[in-house]
Parts: sequence; structure tokens; C-alpha cells
Amino acid sequence: MVRPAGRSETDSLYFTYPHFDPPSAAQKNAQQSAAVAIVGAGPIGMTTALALAREGVRSVLFDNKATFNDGSRAICIARPSFYILEQLGAVAPFLEKALGWTMGRTFYRGQKILEFHMPDSAEEKFRPMYNLQQQYIEQFLWQSVNASELIETRWQSEVTHVEDVSGGTRLCIRDPTGEYHFDADWTLACDGAHSQVRKMRGHRLKGENFEGRYVIADIQMDHDYPTIRRALFDPACRPGGTVLIHRQPDNIWRIDYQLKDDESTEAAIDENAVRASVASVLEELGYNGAWELEWWSVYTANTLALDDYRDGRVFFVGDSAHIVPIFGVRGLNNGLADAANIGWKLGWVLNGKAGETLLDSYTPERRAATLDVFANASKSARFMTPNTHGWTLMRDAALSLALSHSFAGELANPRQMTAFTYSGSPAVLSDDLAFSAGPCAGAMLPDVKMSDRYLSECLGEGFTVLCFGAELAQGITEACRKEDLLTVVTLPDTVAGTFAAGDNSAYLVRPDMHIAGRWQSVTAEQIVQAWRDVTFHTDLV
Amino acid sequence: MNHADLEKTYESLARKIDEVGHDNSELFLAKLVLLLAHANGNAIDVQQFINEAAESFDLPGG
Ligand SMILES: Cc1cc2nc3c(=O)[nH]c(=O)nc-3n(C[C@H](O)[C@H](O)[C@H](O)COP(=O)(O)OP(=O)(O)OC[C@H]3O[C@@H](n4cnc5c(N)ncnc54)[C@H](O)[C@@H]3O)c2cc1C
Repeated sequence: MVRPAGRSETDSLYFTYPHFDPPSAAQKNAQQSAAVAIVGAGPIGMTTALALAREGVRSVLFDNKATFNDGSRAICIARPSFYILEQLGAVAPFLEKALGWTMGRTFYRGQKILEFHMPDSAEEKFRPMYNLQQQYIEQFLWQSVNASELIETRWQSEVTHVEDVSGGTRLCIRDPTGEYHFDADWTLACDGAHSQVRKMRGHRLKGENFEGRYVIADIQMDHDYPTIRRALFDPACRPGGTVLIHRQPDNIWRIDYQLKDDESTEAAIDENAVRASVASVLEELGYNGAWELEWWSVYTANTLALDDYRDGRVFFVGDSAHIVPIFGVRGLNNGLADAANIGWKLGWVLNGKAGETLLDSYTPERRAATLDVFANASKSARFMTPNTHGWTLMRDAALSLALSHSFAGELANPRQMTAFTYSGSPAVLSDDLAFSAGPCAGAMLPDVKMSDRYLSECLGEGFTVLCFGAELAQGITEACRKEDLLTVVTLPDTVAGTFAAGDNSAYLVRPDMHIAGRWQSVTAEQIVQAWRDVTFHTDLV
Repeated sequence: MNHADLEKTYESLARKIDEVGHDNSELFLAKLVLLLAHANGNAIDVQQFINEAAESFDLPGG
């Protein structure tokens, strides 16, 4: 990650990096243990802390830096992530600053071969995708983290050791004043792709590295073009290569281009080489105004993951558990879903509202989601950077045909991320086959615009039962004991169609908006029992 | 497609392959397959023909 000569790592054209002091001795003495320690205050560590705080659980965040991550890195936030941010009460600044978008255009040798539209309508609460620089993502999360009384953050504090002790973990922390121990019942490793915790615990990521190398460069310019994804295949400025262009707030543009096999990485990230490459892309775009170089970096596409995201009382969350190619913008989004997932589950277990077995569902759900990301990303990678003669020939055939036949252009559709369906998870009941339509068990709840608000705004803090007839709803409320934390919502007839529901149908929705189970026809007692099952109440007695 | 049609296809393919030239013939044929498959292909047949066309090459995996 590099900036132009003469500018330091955090000397940005548009963003002021804060400086965070290490904790004082008094602060450290005041809290020497916690239920949860979180290693890494990147986007995923902060989101995990917020997800725990939503459940009322206290945590301490440790980060070895004195500010946010340098450079913009991840820029695309998908719709499911906006629901996560909304649930955490953090979405407002994101909505204000981020640029929403819905479509992309793909060009082959200067001609448009595909215009794709992601599902969107006036009925949708959020746009399918938003662009926002990673340092803003971190800043906005930090505003919520800093405002939370349940989260303590210790900057300039490196976790050097995580040891198992009876009933918990013991961390060794090094900060500018020395070393100390910190006890935590649970440790969440959110320490990124190069996770020290992963190494300390003797785990390795497994998977594949792809051949393609990309340079990403952010520039500032007054370029008048809508916020969409532009992909250029075999453009005049990079014969045989691929270029991606994305707009970000503050007149910042992301230019992403593939290196040729014979281009050395060292030569390619030389400032003059980056300037020349960017200039030729801009020429191709028909932009001839002024521009400034902000930041650049090089990356390769990997599909790597841990076999198990859990090691005793340590959980791996975000990039520490998986590295995904950035095609289809899943790195950050996938991590945010991890954070939301472990957040509510650990919260419920620590609060005694769910049995500890619930935690066993974290790896199967989130690892399956990552493998799905891999499958999609590998498809995209083979299209963007085909690495054999066969893949190259078929890709070129599709592109060339797409100039005159739109069906072939669809082969260039990047298939952006959608929320993963957790079917087969221990924390999801088997689907009721009596349904012929509607979202299945494990799927994320589709949002529906109702007369005065969205369905997502009617959900309770914990589990919610969606009913479609007043009688069943009444029955469930009566069948609940005080400790059964269920919010019952009766939906109007206008919504029943989306759920293929009748008067006695019900959907049980988890705190993370995924459907735990659904029934075409069910009794109140069955619903309450189903809720106890998916929260593993047998563990609690 | 009767015999005369097939013969015509055979001939126009040979001519077109020569016309696009050695450097482009492979790409030309790949495009043609995608077009044919999309226009009147049945997914199962297409998979079967892909395998049949490769049978004479004695591939390691069979
Ligand atoms: C150059 C680059 C470009 C990228 N581009 C994109 C993109 O376009 N789209 C996309 O979706 N994703 C992209 N990504 C990936 C995206 O940035 C990550 O998925 C995301 O940052 C993961 O967040 P995280 O919190 O898991 O890890 P990180 O952001 O890496 O945060 C980990 C944090 O842990 C801290 N830490 C590490 N070790 C310790 C320790 N021992 N003790 C204390 N603290 C520690 C680090 O300082 C850091 O703050 C890019 C990544 C890079 C590097």
C-alpha cells in the first residue's frame, strides 16, 4: 500500500486520520478482565463489538495501530450489510455519505456488451450496493463504538499471545508502556488476513491462489459519470487486460487494472508506472481534465479459509478466517455477516438465553457462506483473469459474440453478493415442504414495504414470529412463558403472498434476520417449542 | 437437417474457417458453438456432444 512520494501513509487528499493514544494506566487497572476480548479494531472487530453490545454484552477491543487502516481498500457495501449496520444503530452516517448504485456496464474493445441491473425497486429499503471508502467505514463504525458504554477500545495495544486457561483465555498485551495480561472468557480474533492469533494457535488457511495480479489506484478527479460499475475487457489502454472503474464519495475514483504475466509487480507499483497506467485508462474514458493520485496497492486473488472458525474459546471472524478474491466485492461484506452471526449467538449464550451448543452453528453457517463466495468468485476470476488456453478462448468467444448477441454478454455478469441461505445449519430447522413458494428456512428475510413502514422495522430485538392470522398470534403470546423471548407480529393480508402464507402459517425469524423455520400450518405450542429448539434450551436446564 | 443441408454446412464451415484464417479459426469455432447451443441446444445434448467430439482424442481421464 503506497502513496505518492513525499506523502506519509496516512496523508490523504480528502480524509483526516485520527490519532489514538494508548490506554492510561488507570484505564488498564479499571478493567483487567472481560467476558469478551476482541483482537483487532478493523471494520470486523468494531462490528463484532457493536453486535455484542446490542445484546448488552461488554467487550474490550485491542488494536496495534494508532489510527484506522491506511488507504481505502474495500469500497463496496452490499444491501445485506446495510441491514446489519441498521440493526446495530450505525447506518445513518453510511446512508448520508455512501453512493448507492444499481447497475454496471461492461465494454469489450471499447464497445458496450452488457448493461446489468441488480434487483432494486421503490419497494426496497436499501440500494443493492453502496460505494464508500474503507476509512469512512471504519470512522462511522468507530463513532458508534466510541459512543457505546459497553465497549472499551485500547489502541497501540498488540496482542502477542492467547493462551487457554480454565474456563477462558488469557491474552498477553504489549503497548508503549509495557506488557500485561488480560483475562477473557472468550476471545474473538478479528485481526485480519495476516492474523497473528491464527498463527499463534497453529492454524493455517487452506485453498487456492489465482494467478492474476491487479493494481488498485484511487485518484481524485472531477469526472462526470454516474455511480455504476464499469468493466473494460481488452481495452486499448491495456490490450488483453481488464480494467474496473468505481466512483467513491469526495470525487475519488477507483481504477483497478490487471497486470500482464510478464509485468513485474515491483515495476508496476512504481509511482511513474502507476501514473502512466492511470493516464492511459483516463484517456480511454475520454477524461482529459486534471487528476491527483491518492493511493495505490497491488493484490492477487485468493480463495483461502480455515477448516474450523472456532478453536475452543477462540473464534475467528472476518479476514482472519478467510481471504476471498475481491471480484464481486465480498471480502468486507462476508466479514460483516460473520460479525453479526457470532455477535448475537455469543450474546445470547452469555446472557443465558441460549444454550452453548448454539455456538457450534457459527462455523457451518459462515464457512458454507465463504465456500459459496469462493464458488462465485472463482467463476468471476476465471472470466476476469483466465489462466489456461481453454478458459481464455471461451472467455474471448463470449466477449466477441457479446458485441452482437446480448445473451453472451450475460456471461460477463459479475453476480454480486446476496445473503447466504443457512440451510442444513444446526440453528435452522428443516424447511416445511408444504410451501410451494416464499423464502425458505435459512434464507435472509425479504423486506417488504407495508403501508406505513418496512417489515424489517417490525421485528423484535430477539426472535420474531411472523403470523398471518390473529388467532395463531394470540395463541403464541399465551403459550409463551416469561422466559420465552418471542416478539409476535401479525402481518396484513397484502404481505401473505410474499410468504405463500395462510391463516395458520408462521415464520420464525432469528435476531440476524435469517429465517429459523417456517410452517404452512402450525400450533402455538409447536412454535414455542421450535424456538426453544433452535436456541438449545435443553442445554440450559 | 437432411443430407444436402449437412453437406452445405460442411462446405460453408470449411470456407469460413479459411476465410477467418488460421489465427482466428479456433475463436470462430468457439463462438459458433455458443451460438448454436444457445439457439437450438438442449443442455443435456450439448454436454453429450462436447464429450463425443472429444472421444477421438484419447484423453487421460477418459
Ligand atoms: C489493499 C487491499 C485492498 C482491498 N480491496 C477490497 C475491495 O475492494 N473490496 C472488498 O470487499 N475488500 C477489499 N479488501 C479486503 C478488506 O479490506 C478486508 O476484507 C477487510 O478490511 C477485513 O476486515 P477485518 O477487520 O477482518 O481485517 P482488517 O481490516 O485487516 O483489520 C484487522 C485489524 O487488526 C489489527 N491487528 C492485527 N494483528 C493484531 C494484533 N496482534 N494485536 C492487535 N491488533 C492487531 C490490525 O491493525 C487491523 O486494524 C482489500 C484489502 C486490502 C489489503
